[in-house]
Amino acid sequence: MSILVNKDTRVVIQGITGEYGSQHARACLAYGTKVVAGVTPGRGGQRFEDKVPLYDTVEDAVKKEGADVSCIFVPPAGAADAIVEAADAGCRLVICITEGIPVLDMVKVRRYLEGKPTRLIGPNCPGIITPEECKIGIMPGHIHKKGHIGVLSKSGTLTYEAVGQLTALGVGQSSCVGIGGDPVAGMDFIDVLELFNEDPDTHGVIMIGEIGGGAEQKAAAWIKANMKKPVAALIAGRAAPPGKRMGHAGAIISGGKGTAAEKIEALEDAGVKVAPTPADMASTLMSLMK
Amino acid sequence: MKIHEYQAKQIFARYGIPVPKGEPAFSVAEAEAAAQRLIEATGIPVVVVKAQIHAGGRGKGGGVKVAKGGVADARALAEKILGMQLITVQTGPAGQKVRRLYIEQGLDIDREIYLALTLDRDRRRIAIMASREGGMDIEQVAHDTPEKIHTLHVDPVIGLAPYQARKLGYALGLGAKEQMRQFTKLLDGLYKCFLAEDCSLVEINPLVVTKKGDIVALDGKVTFDDNAEIRHPEWADLRDADEEDPVELEAKKVGISYVSLDGDIGCLVNGAGLAMGTMDIILHYGGKPANFLDVGGGASKEQVKKAFQMILRSDKVKGIFVNIFGGIMRCDVVAEGVVAATKELGLSVPLVVRLEGTNVEAGKKILDESGLKIESASSMGDGAQKIVAAVKQGAAA
Ligand SMILES: Nc1ncnc2c1ncn2[C@@H]1O[C@H](COP(=O)(O)OP(=O)(O)O)[C@@H](O)[C@H]1O
Ligand SMILES: [Mg+2]
Repeated sequence: MSILVNKDTRVVIQGITGEYGSQHARACLAYGTKVVAGVTPGRGGQRFEDKVPLYDTVEDAVKKEGADVSCIFVPPAGAADAIVEAADAGCRLVICITEGIPVLDMVKVRRYLEGKPTRLIGPNCPGIITPEECKIGIMPGHIHKKGHIGVLSKSGTLTYEAVGQLTALGVGQSSCVGIGGDPVAGMDFIDVLELFNEDPDTHGVIMIGEIGGGAEQKAAAWIKANMKKPVAALIAGRAAPPGKRMGHAGAIISGGKGTAAEKIEALEDAGVKVAPTPADMASTLMSLMK
Repeated sequence: MKIHEYQAKQIFARYGIPVPKGEPAFSVAEAEAAAQRLIEATGIPVVVVKAQIHAGGRGKGGGVKVAKGGVADARALAEKILGMQLITVQTGPAGQKVRRLYIEQGLDIDREIYLALTLDRDRRRIAIMASREGGMDIEQVAHDTPEKIHTLHVDPVIGLAPYQARKLGYALGLGAKEQMRQFTKLLDGLYKCFLAEDCSLVEINPLVVTKKGDIVALDGKVTFDDNAEIRHPEWADLRDADEEDPVELEAKKVGISYVSLDGDIGCLVNGAGLAMGTMDIILHYGGKPANFLDVGGGASKEQVKKAFQMILRSDKVKGIFVNIFGGIMRCDVVAEGVVAATKELGLSVPLVVRLEGTNVEAGKKILDESGLKIESASSMGDGAQKIVAAVKQGAAA
């Protein structure tokens, strides 16, 4: 099993005809993902690469093709609107890859989603993959292997690093979720940990956080109270100076808060084993899995 | 992105927020003329000469001075402050050179209030924070007596509710009718300003009550959300390149994110998380990173070349670690960029390269055939250890 997506997931891609969107739509299709529709306003009735039907609206894609999950490659200025459209069309899960959405747009979007059944992953994330079943996003599919470790992360490339290490050890993954590096985003660590905790096919978890904000500390408290499975973690940014944004909009130590040390302490206190370096994520988890 | 106090106050004025009369000045002569005009306009011989740098804490650092003796006094202070290396708690020990002044009408202050709007990322709301204990010691107040800071959160659907503004006004001792009217109007304007201008921080410290009982914004610190630059072309004119690291600015222009650090191992990485992780692992093995550098997910050969040249040009760099996990990033493109950059600038320091992911074989081949002295690494940990050892060896030799 897996969380959130599997071989039956029917995906609509918003922004499928853009350069970035089309490149990754192709890779998702090649991986075997059921990309059943694309949405580009004004292109309804045409097809993407002679295969995937295009629609003007997400609502049409949901009604005509039974899409239940949307993946967004729309540029930042229109991405918040794209999320709202997908939610209104009834998508149960929306994955927003777009980087650079103004944070006040995301404040409104998150407020809008309150009380609605739609879950949001991202923005500014690599997406989600259930190996050998369904890849939605921009991660390199070939490094993954089907198995029983859940991976969740604020960072795309560190997720690949963790997955690469696991696969090299012959250890597969149940699902890998990139929750993104923006200060205001959709599902947070706890939302995903809850799902891994309940998924019978996930036996252990690697959680990758970074400096800035308090999501890792909150997750640590939740793990301490609820988590039934071993968790290894990495916090990126031990070497980062305060007050400087480290690439991700959310990766900034401000007012002395959100440091790596503070997060590592909270996680260790919760019984999570923190990897000493990013090169030891898989081995750290495996040391807990005997 | 940060802007200067005088720019922030110009924006405040557009939202009906009362600010003292003032003029920016870029030279002593301009400062003198501005003081003259202000004194004529207000009929009061007191002006304040304020250093304009992006860091706060200017008052305590000697960058804010009151001229009580009219134009001549203002001129003398301008001469002293303009060009000085101003050191404040926020600039770091090197300080920041003062290149701009703000000449402002002096106000008779009854009391100083702290007021700030910022994004509370954990609550996903704009937070408004205020305290009666405003002024230059607010950090101390926040640390010692956090209960003296009042906080409220704004629901984006309702916006700032009038009752919330009133409640804060009462908490700040602004219950008198006219003061409450001024305060709620100001707060409403400030909230609208925060939204429309895409701010991530607006701080007024101090917001003063004058001896006459009026409420005026005496300082203004505004930071914009960098992501919102796409809808604010006017920000280009507000940018002050002197306040930014020239290398970081150059990087930004070509779509690379770069932060200077004080170590000696240059890093070129794809992805922000891996870039941070690379710094961390260098530190773990006893080295010191010279920079954070994320070339991005789909960087071109030109971008990689630019990035590598930025590292090469720094004379503090004693070794370079290229760490790529090619998801979307193709390893051959990285290799081509690295080779192109070294062709122009040469390579005099050790280079360790770790390539993983898409087109890794093609990438390795390009590096092998380049004739450059490159040590390849089999993993991130291997690479970090190799570059730290090479730099130590270089230092010993
Ligand atoms: N126009 C003014 N009139 C009278 N006093 C002022 C004026 N501007 C600043 N001051 C005083 O100088 C202090 C420091 O100025 P401020 O603008 O807050 O700079 P900083 O926060 O960088 O120290 C203020 O707290 C206030 O007491
Ligand atoms: Mg101040």
